[in-house]
Amino acid sequence: MRVSVLLFPGSNCDRDAIHAFEAVLGAEVNGIWHKETDLKNPDLVFIPGGFSFGDYLRSGAIARFSPIMEQVQAYVARGGYVMGVCNGFQILCEMQLLPGALLTNKPIKFLCQDVFVRVEPNQSPMLQKLTPGQVLRIPIAHGMGQYFADEATLDRLEGEGQVLMRYCSAEGSLDEASNPNGSLRSIAGICNADGRVFGMMPHPERHVEAELGSEDGLILLDSVLGILDRVN
Amino acid sequence: MSKVQVIIRLKNGVLDPQGKTAQHALQALGFQEAAQVRIGKFIELELDGANPDQVNTRVREMCEKLLANPVIEDFEILGG
Repeated sequence: MRVSVLLFPGSNCDRDAIHAFEAVLGAEVNGIWHKETDLKNPDLVFIPGGFSFGDYLRSGAIARFSPIMEQVQAYVARGGYVMGVCNGFQILCEMQLLPGALLTNKPIKFLCQDVFVRVEPNQSPMLQKLTPGQVLRIPIAHGMGQYFADEATLDRLEGEGQVLMRYCSAEGSLDEASNPNGSLRSIAGICNADGRVFGMMPHPERHVEAELGSEDGLILLDSVLGILDRVN
Repeated sequence: MSKVQVIIRLKNGVLDPQGKTAQHALQALGFQEAAQVRIGKFIELELDGANPDQVNTRVREMCEKLLANPVIEDFEILGG
């Protein structure tokens, strides 16, 4: 079980991710500097949160062209699994590995708080240990997390089961008050057409130990690593 | 050396919280006529050794590849 965590100048959730995958979930983890060109044969590529390249121009716009990203494109083309959280999600959208874009939060504030997300019915192999309707409490920390795509794309994502999770209340209902950043259709996480590329704004790697507030993030990451049963 | 300016605007229909906030601030300052404010980007490029015939094409490529995100933004090239 090998996870490659990508490191960009400005990444700041990489240590949390490495800790979650290595110390808590027992995977072999390699941190891969963005200028490297060897992904080290991973079962999962994880793109962590932070502010790669200072979020200059647009979040994720510059990171997309780092040398390692050519390898990530090729890895995805071979059927590899990629998960991006927060800035990682923004990078995956900029790379067009995921549709849509992340805009400035509707309340124009940087939001750092626990939110609830509801797992949606989906076909992604990465969420198969979770049940549709299941509610997880996971923190967000972002200024640009408002998910945007045109109506046709949103309809397609919903129709194809590519919406993996939505912001919701503690009970799992959808309403404006539970959608912190104004994401269209309350979307918090999506996958690509074959379910192998997964992006989400909340940070599961920050909630992997009870001492740190919750283990709901661990439930999610454990499901993602469930793909490894398949590939090994 | 040719100088080219690029304006990048959020597409119609894309929510612009920054513009909205500036609009509210303008109204609070007494500028009631500020009915809508949209905030974009202005990029000025100096191109060295560029073939004048190709400047527009090259800058267009720069916009499509990096400077603008076609999902949410339109761009306009001024000069060049």
